[in-house]
Amino acid sequence: MVKVTVDMDVCQNHGQCVFAAPDVFRLDEDGHLAYVASPDAALRDDVEDAADVCPLQAIRVEG
Amino acid sequence: MAGAGIAVVGASLGGLRAAEQLRAAGWRDTITLFGEEPHLPYNRPPLSKEVLAGEAPASGTELRRRPSVQDVEWRLGTAVAAADLTARTLTLTDGSVHLYEGLVAATGVRPRRLPLPGGPPRHVVRTLEDSAALAAELVAGARVLVIGSGFIGCEVAATARTAGCEVTVVAPESEPMLLAVGEDLGRALRHRHEARGVRFRMGHLATALTPRGAVLDDGTELAADVLVEAVGSLPNTEWLATTPGLDLTDGILCDAHLRIGGLSHAVAVGDVARFPNPRYGPVPRRVEHWSVPGDTARHAARTLLAALTDTPRDPTPCAPLPAFWSDQFTLRLQSFGQPSLADRTELLSGDPESPDGDLLYGYYENDRLIGVAALGSPAASAAAARHRTELMTLPEPVV
Ligand SMILES: Cc1cc2nc3c(=O)[nH]c(=O)nc-3n(C[C@H](O)[C@H](O)[C@H](O)COP(=O)(O)OP(=O)(O)OC[C@H]3O[C@@H](n4cnc5c(N)ncnc54)[C@H](O)[C@@H]3O)c2cc1C
Repeated sequence: MVKVTVDMDVCQNHGQCVFAAPDVFRLDEDGHLAYVASPDAALRDDVEDAADVCPLQAIRVEG
Repeated sequence: MAGAGIAVVGASLGGLRAAEQLRAAGWRDTITLFGEEPHLPYNRPPLSKEVLAGEAPASGTELRRRPSVQDVEWRLGTAVAAADLTARTLTLTDGSVHLYEGLVAATGVRPRRLPLPGGPPRHVVRTLEDSAALAAELVAGARVLVIGSGFIGCEVAATARTAGCEVTVVAPESEPMLLAVGEDLGRALRHRHEARGVRFRMGHLATALTPRGAVLDDGTELAADVLVEAVGSLPNTEWLATTPGLDLTDGILCDAHLRIGGLSHAVAVGDVARFPNPRYGPVPRRVEHWSVPGDTARHAARTLLAALTDTPRDPTPCAPLPAFWSDQFTLRLQSFGQPSLADRTELLSGDPESPDGDLLYGYYENDRLIGVAALGSPAASAAAARHRTELMTLPEPVV
């Protein structure tokens, strides 16, 4: 398992992570971010890509 | 040559992503990153926004680095003065020579300056130091004159106004952000800036600067304590001019796989790379958007490794979907695709006369949707993002 944390004080709902890892990140109707905190290890590369493309660098990946 | 490793010139977003993507693609040998700035790679967008406003510390801008690049060699505060792409050498400013097997050019751009002497204290915003120097002048009541109405000009205007400054923007175009998002959205953006107290003198050039301000082409004088030059950028390519035969007009001309000058062992990424994007025809273009260094680094790393390890190259050309955002006051501008190439703009939702509601525009070329841009809240950005799949579809099969 991978551990994902998004600093929601920093996140500005750009949604770039949604394109990089749609199975982990999602924007609701109002454009606010929701995410899976412990995605499957198979999604590690996607999650790394998502962390890279976050303009605010708000995504942390561990494990 | 073998064993000399890969040299990356430019240690910012593009250089970092290139190193990470080289590792991801399987390169275990040496990677050396040369960066003129003394800092590890940091994020520039906050420099005209949160950092300029004093809302976020400059130290918070350092970019996350993947663990895979722990062992790369950082040569910070070290500018590359010249390159010989045939001999595969770099000459540093101290005269020493560095040999490489593969080269990544990631030297970005620097601000263009106004060709006018004198003036009040003058600023640009590209580096941490630039942002700190301007931030110190943005005190309530200061008269700030911003020359240029592209995204850096508009962002600085909004940040300065929020800090309580008297802000005027001067630019020759009819509306702010005209080149990026067109007349209609530009006008809406201007109205929202004006509603928050920013003044615009669109359709004008500054023809002279004095210690107390600027003189415009219609003879009017604008008093200013601080001048911000936001008049575009110049690609950092001088270090490559020492290799004959390269096309360095407006950036480094690359092929569809980001190779420089037809060489297989040299590639370019980010703001400095001019490459054809098959989404929008054969014309090579530079794209100064934050998302491009990442997209181009992934492709360039694979191109380079195929050459260095003598393995087949992926024949698909590099075809990123351009995407940019801009934050001005509490407004978010979000764009996907290439609105600048449109022959027709259509309002998809919202009321442009409303002072604050969300707006969404579609941009068409020969009736094909080639871009969307939204202004307003996160919901507007999310609405724009819903068109992404359509924008991602390539116009015709590409080889
Ligand atoms: C103030 C500001 C705000 C921005 N806001 C947004 C935004 O809101 N949205 C958006 O989409 N984009 C934004 N951008 C654009 C985005 O930051 C750039 O597209 C991105 O930084 C490009 O990365 P790069 O690595 O290609 O180039 P750069 O970041 O320019 O990095 C190039 C590096 O190479 C170094 N270098 C140059 N010449 C040499 C040499 N000869 N030897 C060694 N090193 C050299 C430079 O010192 C620099 O550190 C903004 C840019 C700025 C300046």
